[in-house]
Amino acid sequence: MTLKINPTRRDFLQSTGYLTLAFAIPLEDALSQGTPVSAKPRLAGDLNSTRTLSAWLRVNANQTVTLMVGKVELGQGILTAVSQICADELDIDLQRIQLISGDTALVPNEGVTAGSFSMPYCATAVQQASAEVRAILLQLAADKLKQPTASLSVKDGLIQSTSGAQIAYWDLVVGEALNREATGLVKFKPASEYRYIGRPVQRIDLTPKMLGQSMFLQEHRPAGMLFGHIVRPPTYQAKLLSVNLALAQRMPGVVKVVRNGSFLGIVAKREGQALAAAKALTATAKWKVEKVLPGDDGIFDWLRKTTPNKIIQTKVQPRVGGPVPAKTMQATYYRPYHMHASIGTSSAMATLGEDGVMLIQTHSQSVFETALAISKMLGMAPDKVRCQHMQGSGCYGHNLADDAAADAALLAAAVPGKTVRLQYTREQEHLWEPYGSAMVIQTQAGLDEQGNVLDWDLQLWSTPHGTRPSGEPGNLLSARYLAKPFAMPLPVNAGGPNYAADRNAIALYDFPGHKVLTHFITEMPLRASSTRGLGAYANVFAIESFIDELAVAAQVDPVEYRLRYLKDDRAREALVKAAEKFGWASWRKTEGRGRGIGFARYKNIAGYCAVAMEVEVNRQTGRIRVIRAVASSDTGQVVNPDGVMNQIEGGMIQSLSWSLKEEVKFDDTKVLSSDWNSYPILTFSEVPPIDVVLIDRPGSPFLGTGEASQGPTSAALANAVFDATGVRFRRLPLTPERIKEGLDKAA
Amino acid sequence: MISFKLNGKPVRTTVPEATPLLEVLAHDFQMNGCKFGCGKSQCSACLVMVDGNPVRSCMAPLSAVAGRSVTTLEGLMNGDKPSRLQQAFIDEQAAQCGYCTSGMIVQAQALLDRNPKPSDAEVRTALDGNLCRCGAHNRIVRAVLRAAQGA
Repeated sequence: MTLKINPTRRDFLQSTGYLTLAFAIPLEDALSQGTPVSAKPRLAGDLNSTRTLSAWLRVNANQTVTLMVGKVELGQGILTAVSQICADELDIDLQRIQLISGDTALVPNEGVTAGSFSMPYCATAVQQASAEVRAILLQLAADKLKQPTASLSVKDGLIQSTSGAQIAYWDLVVGEALNREATGLVKFKPASEYRYIGRPVQRIDLTPKMLGQSMFLQEHRPAGMLFGHIVRPPTYQAKLLSVNLALAQRMPGVVKVVRNGSFLGIVAKREGQALAAAKALTATAKWKVEKVLPGDDGIFDWLRKTTPNKIIQTKVQPRVGGPVPAKTMQATYYRPYHMHASIGTSSAMATLGEDGVMLIQTHSQSVFETALAISKMLGMAPDKVRCQHMQGSGCYGHNLADDAAADAALLAAAVPGKTVRLQYTREQEHLWEPYGSAMVIQTQAGLDEQGNVLDWDLQLWSTPHGTRPSGEPGNLLSARYLAKPFAMPLPVNAGGPNYAADRNAIALYDFPGHKVLTHFITEMPLRASSTRGLGAYANVFAIESFIDELAVAAQVDPVEYRLRYLKDDRAREALVKAAEKFGWASWRKTEGRGRGIGFARYKNIAGYCAVAMEVEVNRQTGRIRVIRAVASSDTGQVVNPDGVMNQIEGGMIQSLSWSLKEEVKFDDTKVLSSDWNSYPILTFSEVPPIDVVLIDRPGSPFLGTGEASQGPTSAALANAVFDATGVRFRRLPLTPERIKEGLDKAA
Repeated sequence: MISFKLNGKPVRTTVPEATPLLEVLAHDFQMNGCKFGCGKSQCSACLVMVDGNPVRSCMAPLSAVAGRSVTTLEGLMNGDKPSRLQQAFIDEQAAQCGYCTSGMIVQAQALLDRNPKPSDAEVRTALDGNLCRCGAHNRIVRAVLRAAQGA
């Protein structure tokens, strides 16, 4: 499989240059160029905003097809999935596809690769575009062969007529034929004719990684490359008072020392030399340091007491009529700050070229918006900053990828013509990334005599979940430290109800009365931004723990209790499938063991996922051993079953790591979790066996699956621990110390 | 001047001997099969074999491999073909982002070299110092067991 990512512009023009041969085609374009966008039909996914087919696909004379997408590979397998779809709808072998992904100069602007949106937005666009390109190629062939299109069939790009005449895609003069807008009128193939969709195709980027072939940004080594390192302040708001730049400048290999306000950086010939000089700068730098943080123990009080920027009525559904509740139950749940904690620290390369273009290789999720933010930071025209996505370590949301791109650009601007590569230290990655926000969630239910829910009330307190670059330099860390600093814009709880802090705060259950209130606090003791699932992880933890508490109080099986309120058939099926796979009905309780279940439909519009789990709790040590876990997943039509399973299973393991072990520690001045010892994550011997059952829905829309399993996993865990011990734990993570303390207190 | 064997071939370098082995392998010898993860011997993304033993190259100084034999992921290949273990990782699709993968494969190969038929628990114990953030753990264990079965 050729995976051609981020070629130079020259490579690109060489492979496609013949397309400049203009060719008048006898195709009627129903949509004239002058039609306003609003009058045009709604097209599939991101095809609606980038409507020209040639922006997505090119048919090359060298018997390949170039597929251009704005979404990027993060380890989630999206490039393989879109290739499968393209190959099927276009009727070509997968190996013919050459991919260009995330190059701001070459691909459709598809915004940010996040939110489990790549399948619904990018994959559906690729499907429609591929089907339309196939139809155009068939029409060209029909004209050329003088055969009716109905007589034509295609196999791997070879078009054959029932009369025996044939011509290949590559031999058609495609010319301007693809330089037209999609119509949305071409039908997809029936699912029965797919060769790749629905099959476990191997990821196109994994084999090279397993053989040590270059695939990561970190393995890109242009001749003459220099190495950068930066010095971060000791705390978020610290101001640089003085530093000995001359000392660092004299050190071996140092090419440039950069100071701009409180931003300090080094460019050197070798990685180690840059690091040594950065350490020397750190040693001589004097800072004005503030003490303003509430500390990890005080964060939940701080959230409850701080005046929110907004109180959002996420859902208002008062109950009409019916009895007065016979009793009320209430509970409060806590989620600490979490890290993305990528295994590889964030990295970027930047070169200020002779053409005045700042070329940046980055593993950012938001190449377009990050390029724009960097251009504003550097005072350059937007079209003078070009970002090219290259793969990095998995990021799971907005980590330091964009800051690395900005820092590399700041350093490269100081050494024009030279490529500067920067990779953060482990301390920098742990201390400076934007964490997943701490949250408090309070639930209350008014119940009838039988314990049925009459009124469901959820309130949550959270700092922002979205401070991505978004074209604003103030969202880039270093831009805030420059001599002329950029202020951070006021964060917003973007995307409407149920989307950001309040993601999945609206339970999918059909309760007679249902209210959700979001206390959105824009002050940020710790830097926070999008971390896999945003608010969904904690909101689902709270909802699914609380409904378990209600089921226990009503003395009803937790699966049965949920089904009372779950009207969506697919949701019901997901829940039941997970329970069946677990063996819920036949499970027998033994000493020290418990079982739990959790369910959510991500964002209430994406993939359905239920997780069931069995745990064993050691009362002496407080240690939880997860014996086994199962999950069900309904993500609409499955493109790559192995890819979906990998995402569901990986999400469960990451969620177990968050829920069992992870909490960012900080005092009144700074973050204390600076490496893997002070911020431990789940290891091999702690990972349980996991079974995933897929519910495929051929022909139905792709729903996206990367963030479906984290919330249900955390609740299944806490519910299983309750089942095992009889004690309810509502504060994450469920560390041995916390469990032991809770059990001792209850005894 | 430090001389050592890199993936079977004799090499030498004049880089200062206190330089971390990882920097020398990645920068001076363009090896991809050892990644920077922490620089503190905590994650094993940088794992290589020195005389057959797993070593975290981020903290080992260049001088530690003088006269020794260093093997990176690239050195596990059978000529231009994947090794049995690499093929098992491909067959099991045992990664998501793949950044930790090279350290995983090197650690697993060191295990299989001393224990050709490990149990599931033995594989997990051997890999416990290799951190994976994507949650590909069970796939990785399956890949190692698959390679062991095929031995």
